[in-house]
Amino acid sequence: MKGIRFILAGIVFGIVMSKSEAVSWYRIQEMFRFQSFHMYGIIGTAVILGVLIVYLIKRFKVKDYSGQPIVFHNKEKSWPRYIIGGTIFGLGWALTGACPGPMFVNIGQGYLVMIIVVFGALIGTYFYGLIKNKLPH
Amino acid sequence: MLEIIRQPWPWYVSGTLIALIMALLLFFGKSFGFSSNLRTICTACGAGKKVDFFDFDWKSQHWNLLFLVGSVMGGVISMLFLQTNEPLKLSAATIHDLKNLGIIFDGQINPKQVFSFDFLMSIKGITVLLGGGFLVGFGSRYAGGCTSGHAISGLSNFQTPSLLAVAGFFTGGLIMTHLLMPFIF
Repeated sequence: MKGIRFILAGIVFGIVMSKSEAVSWYRIQEMFRFQSFHMYGIIGTAVILGVLIVYLIKRFKVKDYSGQPIVFHNKEKSWPRYIIGGTIFGLGWALTGACPGPMFVNIGQGYLVMIIVVFGALIGTYFYGLIKNKLPH
Repeated sequence: MLEIIRQPWPWYVSGTLIALIMALLLFFGKSFGFSSNLRTICTACGAGKKVDFFDFDWKSQHWNLLFLVGSVMGGVISMLFLQTNEPLKLSAATIHDLKNLGIIFDGQINPKQVFSFDFLMSIKGITVLLGGGFLVGFGSRYAGGCTSGHAISGLSNFQTPSLLAVAGFFTGGLIMTHLLMPFIF
């Protein structure tokens, strides 16, 4: 099965999120209260290494597994959607202590109440699609 | 070896692995972004029939749904095999602040007080959990990505929009934590 590599990548992601404690509601509170370096260390390390990886891919025109060039899509240039949407996201992130990935990892960890949070996120996504054209982007 | 893996991982190990997951997905010809799955699930449930935004070929996102399934499995594996009995090492200042909100630190990953069926069955509980999820779902789609898509993938590629989104994530998080949560809890 060709898709198994994505399942395996997901498993590694789930374990990393768990063992780094990035799935913890407490850790997210600690981050937003600036009371530990932990979460900033995780995101900071990932971004610094990520910058290096993207630079090397572009510099050496690295191909993907099927021989196709790896392309990066630029995000659409504007500001309202990023500032307003981002702020709304942040409100929910601090309240539930979970961004979309960790919500699902938490369900795996046995926090079944997170299913309700995911359900809320699906309603939110649907509602965005519904009123998208009326929002400033 | 297993004993070392069972301990909480230091931030530099975790951060490095997250960057490598991003690299791996790029090598697979995909791009790391988790919240797209929420849109995909809406489409798979038939939302495309009523709303244009969901009218796309969701099968092209099949890989990301598999990644999602894997992440749940990763959570199960961590819970079953990679746990220590030691309480989470939360900073004393956070424990103190949360106590003032009425949330007692229990040493788990998440407070039982918030993530329990008892809390869910209260008006406040359903509002916090369903409403909080709503904000994450609405906000991530409005901003065009979440922590993985913007903070990791976007910033790694020097995308100014992603920097704006991340600034928004923190603005929202700080407003919720410092201004709103004292009224909610």
